[in-house]
Amino acid sequence: MSQKLALDSISRRIVQATQAGLPLSPRPYNAIAEQLGIAPEEVIRRLRAMLEHGIIRRIGAVPNHYALGYRANGMTVWDVMNDHVDELGAKVGALDFVSHCYRRPRRLPGWRYNLFAMVHAHDRAEVEAQAAQIAALLGGHCRAHTILYSSQILKKTGLRI
Amino acid sequence: MDELDRAMINHLQGGFPLCERPFQEVAAQLGIGEDELIVRLGKLLDEKVLTRFGPMYQIERMGGAFSLAAMRVPEEDFERAAAIVNALPAVAHNYRREHAFNMWFVLATETPQGIHETIASIEAETGYPVCNMPKEREYFVGLRFAA
Repeated sequence: MSQKLALDSISRRIVQATQAGLPLSPRPYNAIAEQLGIAPEEVIRRLRAMLEHGIIRRIGAVPNHYALGYRANGMTVWDVMNDHVDELGAKVGALDFVSHCYRRPRRLPGWRYNLFAMVHAHDRAEVEAQAAQIAALLGGHCRAHTILYSSQILKKTGLRI
Repeated sequence: MDELDRAMINHLQGGFPLCERPFQEVAAQLGIGEDELIVRLGKLLDEKVLTRFGPMYQIERMGGAFSLAAMRVPEEDFERAAAIVNALPAVAHNYRREHAFNMWFVLATETPQGIHETIASIEAETGYPVCNMPKEREYFVGLRFAA
């Protein structure tokens, strides 16, 4: 996971040309190729290589979860004992209602939580039921938790280089 | 949003083809025409049912860095602080959350030191300390939004 690849200037320009989205035209890669002055096959070859190297996680649509009815979006945060957090984090990440699961540093005294799991549901009661499932999984290895609900998307543009 | 829109959203969350006519290929799988797929996709983007359509890049794999950061901003100053944070290109997402830490944003920069520079500039401009919480381990990142 620590593999890092510096992009050459052509790949970097492909990233810049596509980070906001693909052209909605029948031949989107040709459109990018034309814009960059390179062959369409080169665009496709480089995008495929970036996918294989994990530089691109996936190519597709990013839904606005609010618009799909997932109005309760909770960032559940957990204070899990250091010796158990990796084993338990993997289990929490495997739950089907968890979209992202990470270990992050504690920032004491203001922030004690080291395990973050994003959950998305139709209402808060559903989020709380999901959090209860996570709590059951963590058992006695978790000292405290809370749920931070998002109340407003202030910005959602994604990456810009 | 109708059944076809839902099917499209579920189908398009990953694996968009890398070929000359990718929309044609996906449209055939959905049993619709290429034009219809493109028009409907444009509409879902215009209506903000989809926030984006294209490659999702992982800046860490290009030598860059992501981080999650949070601030405690007094309610009366929230709008000013949000405008400062949102104006920075390095801020990919920003959410208001119901907590003493009420502003949570994701930074994406081309170099790891870019995170620290961005945080320093946010602290200087807003006047509030930023709590930086870069990920130490990723256990899961996925897409499980059934439309």
